[in-house]
Order: sequence, then structure tokens, then C-alpha cells
Amino acid sequence: MDINYVIGKFLLVTILFAISLVIAMYSTYAERKVAAFLQDRLGPDRAGPFGILQPLADGVKMFMKEEIVPTNASKWLFMIGPGLAMLCACIGTAVIPWGQDLTINGKAFPLQVTDINVGVLYIFGVVSLGVYGVMIGGWASNNKYSLLSAIRAASQNISYEVAMGLSIIALLVMTNTLSLKEIVAQQHGWHWNVLYQPLGFIIFMVCSFAETNRAPFDLPECETELIGGYHTEYSSMKLGFYLFAEYINMFVSSAVMATLYFGGYNYPGMDWVATLVSPNTAALLGTLVLFLKIFAFIFFFMWVRWTIPRFRYDQLMNLGWKTLIPLAIANIVITGIVIAVVNKF
Amino acid sequence: MESLSNKKKVLEQKPLNFAERMYLPAIVKGLGTTMSHFFKKSSTIRYPEQVREFSINWRGMHSLKRDEEGKERCTACGLCALSCPAEAITMIAAERKPEEKDLYREEKYAAVYEINMLRCIFCGLCEEACPKEAIYLDGPIVPSDYLRKDFIYGKDKLVEAPLEVK
Repeated sequence: MDINYVIGKFLLVTILFAISLVIAMYSTYAERKVAAFLQDRLGPDRAGPFGILQPLADGVKMFMKEEIVPTNASKWLFMIGPGLAMLCACIGTAVIPWGQDLTINGKAFPLQVTDINVGVLYIFGVVSLGVYGVMIGGWASNNKYSLLSAIRAASQNISYEVAMGLSIIALLVMTNTLSLKEIVAQQHGWHWNVLYQPLGFIIFMVCSFAETNRAPFDLPECETELIGGYHTEYSSMKLGFYLFAEYINMFVSSAVMATLYFGGYNYPGMDWVATLVSPNTAALLGTLVLFLKIFAFIFFFMWVRWTIPRFRYDQLMNLGWKTLIPLAIANIVITGIVIAVVNKF
Repeated sequence: MESLSNKKKVLEQKPLNFAERMYLPAIVKGLGTTMSHFFKKSSTIRYPEQVREFSINWRGMHSLKRDEEGKERCTACGLCALSCPAEAITMIAAERKPEEKDLYREEKYAAVYEINMLRCIFCGLCEEACPKEAIYLDGPIVPSDYLRKDFIYGKDKLVEAPLEVK
């Protein structure tokens, strides 16, 4: 293993970490702005020009707040909860291919931290671990509301993971691989998976809304019933971590959706750019395109949040178990039949 | 019972049909509605920089008026203080000296005139009670401050600026 490899990977990890934190930071600002525009308001505009320093001000506020640990809370778990939520949110970016290989001094440098051959499963594992942060936090708070919210989060995530997993199976039947790099490479140019798997994509998207605890599935933090949900007892930067983790999760699931269904870094005319200008330019342009797709998804997350009211708990369970899972199974069967027929003839 | 107003609506609770159970058509419609608001002009007024136009009967901060020759109209009769339901107005009367003839219109004037802006409810009764047309609530919004004592406005803040000398 040569030193350049290690330095390259280290740089990539650092940059990715920084990017996800910055995007999460500015998602809070974007959320408030989008909410404001959708409600005919202006949103934060006092801190800096157009309020772009608002996230910094919020961050400083979070750090300066008094930190309160409830007397009867389980101290260690209370501290581990937000950390775990943050950790699980951050490590998801490792397997996503952020662009085509760059060629530097004749050496290929992949814009992906690691191309493990079970990338899809890794993402699933990390996402399902994320719920432990919520559960541990809710349990350790020693508060009934937090506990109820933690239970809700757990049952919601488990229910929607089933449908999510089933919706992805149809995709895997099509692509024949679990490696995200290969899945993206197969969608070269215009052959995005969403064109072949529209139903699978809708199911996957609804499930990722539920997995990230975003509206309309934000039952774990529903103010009207549960005060603040699992983070009722949290204050200062621990609360900040939970809120931050939600936005990083949103970023990661947007990236996963863009990668799996919307062609990742692929864009029409990429070969043309590669031959006409240079392969490196085409690759960097691809990364830019990927980020544009991610931002579009993040905007969609926000747009939906300020449109649809929250589901009731029984509606949530009905939608998950009685609608999404049968649809996902039907999708697998149809995909299987079509592929069998296409291969036969 | 017969409905007299004809406003009664009987709502039928039908089970949802397939499209409604899918939620998606309704969600798409809702997304369209919110997106149409995204491009609308916001109705926010950036307050300290922009001020909303006040209505003609707006009652704001008080001002003590002067007459055409620039003399203070107030004669310290105390009717405003009496009429004030919030007990916000106090004053100390004094007799005008001959050399102050250009400053005050009547022989008696208010040496001290104080309105506690935290007590004032801006009802406008002082304005109505004044026989000399000396007090009007025609000012702007009373600004905020940090200390209670700073909300007791004296003559320095209340009396109109003197007339410009021609």
C-alpha cells in the first residue's frame, strides 16, 4: 500500500466529512428559507447578507446553552445517544461514488472512499443502526414522552425498512450487483434506473422519508403529542447533534436515491465532454451534477415537509404494511417476469 | 329539525376509493399549491427599515402641541391626568413669569409633564379631554428600551419641536 493511496483516501474522507457537515448546516438555513417562501414570508435575513450567517449564529447559540442532564437519566447512555446518531449519519457517505475516476499523473484516483461489493447492504446497515441513536436517547432520558417517541421511531423504521429492502430487490434483480460503483456505471448517460423502476423508486423514496423521520412521517418528534419527542430532555450541543444528524441523514439518503435511481454522477452527453475537453473535466462535471441532483432531492424533502400534514400512527402502519409492502412484492414479480421474458427472446 | 339558515351541510363519510387511498394524486395537488406560493411576493414588512402605513386614526406616541406662535398650549389643568384610565400622566404646574410670555400661551403651564409609556394603553382619552388641544397621540410607535425608568417620558421627549424662525 503506497503512501499516496493513504493520503488520497484520507483527503477524500476529510473532504466528504466537511462537505456533509457544511451541507447539513446550510440545510437548516435552506429549510427555514424554503418554509418561508412557501408561506409567503422572507425567512431569516438579519445575520449577514440574506441571513447566510444564520447557521453560524445557531451553532454558537447551541454551544453556549447550558447543558442539562436530568437527575434520573442514565448518564452514559444519555451521552452515547446523540453521538451514535451523528456517527451513523456520517459514515453513510463512505460507499457512495462521488464521480468517475480522476486521472492524476497517469494514475486513476477513484472518487469513492471504498468500493465494497455489498455497498447497498452497507447503506442499509448504517441506516438501520441510526435508529439506535434515537432509541438510546429516548430510553436514557427517563421521560415517558421520550420513551414513547423512541418506541415509535423504532417501529416506524423497522416497518419501512422491510418495504425499502423489497423495493431495492427489484433493482438488484435488474443490475445483478450490490456494488454502488457498478450500479452507477450501468446507468451511463441517460439509462437511469428510475426510467426502468418508477414504482420501485416511489416506494424507496417514501420509505426514505420515513427512515429519516421527516414529515409527513415525523411522528417520533411530533410536538402536539410528544412535546419534543426523543430529544425532549436534551439541551445544548447534544440536542444540536440530534437535529444535525437528521439533516445529514437527509443528505445521505438524497445521495443514495440519486445514486441508485437517478444515475449518480451520470449526465447525458458525458462522453461528448470527455472526448471534447478532457476526461477529468467530465468527471468533475459529473460530481457537480450529482450534487445538483442531491440538492434537488433535499429541496423536495423540504417542499414535502411544508405541504403534507403528519400521518396518524395507524395510517403510517397501514401505508407501510398494507400498501407499500404488497406494491414492492408486486414490483419484484413484474421485474422478474420482464427480465425472464427479455432474456428468453 | 328544519335548517333555518340553509347553511347546514350534510357531509357524507364515504370510504376512500383507490386513488384516494394511494394519497399520491392529492399529494401532487398539494405540492402544486405550495409551489405556487413559492413564487408569490412575500407579505413581510422588514420593520425597522420599512414601516407599514398607519391608518388615519392610528394612536401612537403623544406629542404636546404648540400654537401658531410657537407657544406651548398646555395649561396644566390636569384633565388629561384625570381622564387617564391607566394613571399614566402626572404633571406639576407653575406660574408663567413675564419674561416667559413667548414660551407659554396661558399664565399657568406644566413645569413637569410625564407620561409613563408602560402604563399608557393608548386609548386617546387624554386627547379627548384636553380643552386646549394641547395633546395628540399622533406620533410613531413608542420605541423599546431596557429599563423601566426610561419609559417615563418627560417634556424633553413629548413637546413638539419649536417652530422654525422665518
